[in-house]
Amino acid sequence: MKALRRAAANPTTTAGVLICALILFGAVCAPWLSPFDPTEQNIIDRLQPPGGDYLLGTDQFGRDILSRLLWGARISLAVSLGAIAAAAVIGGSIGMVSGYVGGRFDLLVMQVMDVLLSFPSLILGLIVVALLGPDLVNLVFAIALTAIAPFARIARAPTLALKERAFVEAGRALGFSHTRILFRHILPNILPEVMVMVSLWLATAVRVEASLSFIGLGVKPPTATWGGMTRDGFENILDAPWLAIAPGVAILLLVLGLNMVGDGLRDATDPKLRGE
Amino acid sequence: MTAPLLQVRNLSKHFSITRGFPKSRTTTVRAVDGISFDIKPGEAFGLVGESGCGKSTAARALLRLIEPDSGQVVYRGQDVTTASGADLRALRRKMQIVFQDPYSSLDPRQTIGSALLEPLALHGIARGAAGRERAAALLEEVGLPVTALDRYPHEFSGGQRQRIGIARALTVEPELIVADEPVSALDVSVQAQVLLLLRDLQRRRGLSFLFVSHDLSVVRWFCDRVALMYLGRIVEQGPVDRVLAAPLHPYARMLRDASPVPDPALRGALPRIIGELPSAAAPPSGCHFHPRCPVALARCATDTPGWTALPDGGVACHLHGG
Repeated sequence: MKALRRAAANPTTTAGVLICALILFGAVCAPWLSPFDPTEQNIIDRLQPPGGDYLLGTDQFGRDILSRLLWGARISLAVSLGAIAAAAVIGGSIGMVSGYVGGRFDLLVMQVMDVLLSFPSLILGLIVVALLGPDLVNLVFAIALTAIAPFARIARAPTLALKERAFVEAGRALGFSHTRILFRHILPNILPEVMVMVSLWLATAVRVEASLSFIGLGVKPPTATWGGMTRDGFENILDAPWLAIAPGVAILLLVLGLNMVGDGLRDATDPKLRGE
Repeated sequence: MTAPLLQVRNLSKHFSITRGFPKSRTTTVRAVDGISFDIKPGEAFGLVGESGCGKSTAARALLRLIEPDSGQVVYRGQDVTTASGADLRALRRKMQIVFQDPYSSLDPRQTIGSALLEPLALHGIARGAAGRERAAALLEEVGLPVTALDRYPHEFSGGQRQRIGIARALTVEPELIVADEPVSALDVSVQAQVLLLLRDLQRRRGLSFLFVSHDLSVVRWFCDRVALMYLGRIVEQGPVDRVLAAPLHPYARMLRDASPVPDPALRGALPRIIGELPSAAAPPSGCHFHPRCPVALARCATDTPGWTALPDGGVACHLHGG
């Protein structure tokens, strides 16, 4: 709680939260906010510059950029949130249990995690989507897979330190089961660190999702995605630069906002910067 | 003679370290090397020795917080070393531990109330409003205000935290409390308060104590009987008054002489202490103490002294029939 208040006192963090909240609002309210159907083609109005009826212009099929941007935010956020939530739960549990059990089991699990870590997230995502085919669920799975290992690492390190603390021994002396000690006593203590990782990795997930969509391995057209829109804009960059600029700025803002929140949370939970 | 509450027989705990590549070497540290003692109901039994002599390991091994390698621990006729499942849980209720470091012994993200309610509910003693009432009573018993229930450990001082740790141990109504250096991390003024609290609880609740300490003056005040450990073995055992007034083992004498007595009449030359505690990974042959012993005989370097039982305890030394 104290950490959250400290984070809120930091203007950068507040700005990050505002940016993310704004994008989330746009995504959730897309059906009501969009002036047009994001997939409706209006060939007569193709490649309209921003202004007039179309606030951010239209693409080569005459689809409204603003509407596509709002609907695309839903894909970006759904994929990133889904993937990172899964990675945090699965990876966090792996790391926590591995660190708590220790010994050979820990060694083996962490070596598997190191193998996963050795792939850059985009490459690993690419392999998975190429093997399974591009659709929303596979995309979530691919990105989650790339983030499991970092979450396992971030959860394991504090667990190693915590399990040596006397309160764990006290719990065992009082007859607590290992499950109880893990989930009631160790988990609440590592949660802040995992939450910081969540906000930082959300930004990575947004980037990977956009990159995969850009190279055509994301959610299939005509569904609006920011990566896909950037790709369309890239093909018409000389005639209609706004096509690429709008989704590019959207990706930039979301990644920036998430990183600002993550940095703020990290600083607020870092005991060295706490001054207590 | 009353039946003992706890019997420890030949308890051992060895740690092995394997190091080196490509040829690995295994070193065995005999942290606890076959120790035996009894604790009677209502008694405070001291386990004393220099740091690294294995006294904390012994305390943890007899509670099965670490698994002992061999030996037997019998609590009121029930074997602790082989118990499992519900039996072990029932035994854990009877034997509790209070830790040295009050800063790591409480979960920083759990309120004091929750820390006290958790074991109460788990063992089906009390829950909900009744549990809270009980937790409040426990806090009062250890000298803390009831308002502490809704606060977190970081809001308390070391001495207060130690009181909370004691209250937590009392939740399950134990008969034996293993106190592992319970006051050595505290200020001297606070030490006295916590010791008085422990003595008070011992009398009021009829508790028995295994009191692990390196501080002879604390042991002299708190304990009835004492066992002296040196590198994993017990070298002398007996009533605290006898062992500290007329020690038999040369090591006991050395420790006694090094411990200040608050009486100017007894002021004398500072005792001579020879050498340092050898590594437990490579203890000296024969009697572990012989390199530091001022009265060592030739065979002390080769033969391990046996245990000589005395009417009120015993000693392991060649000078005394070992």
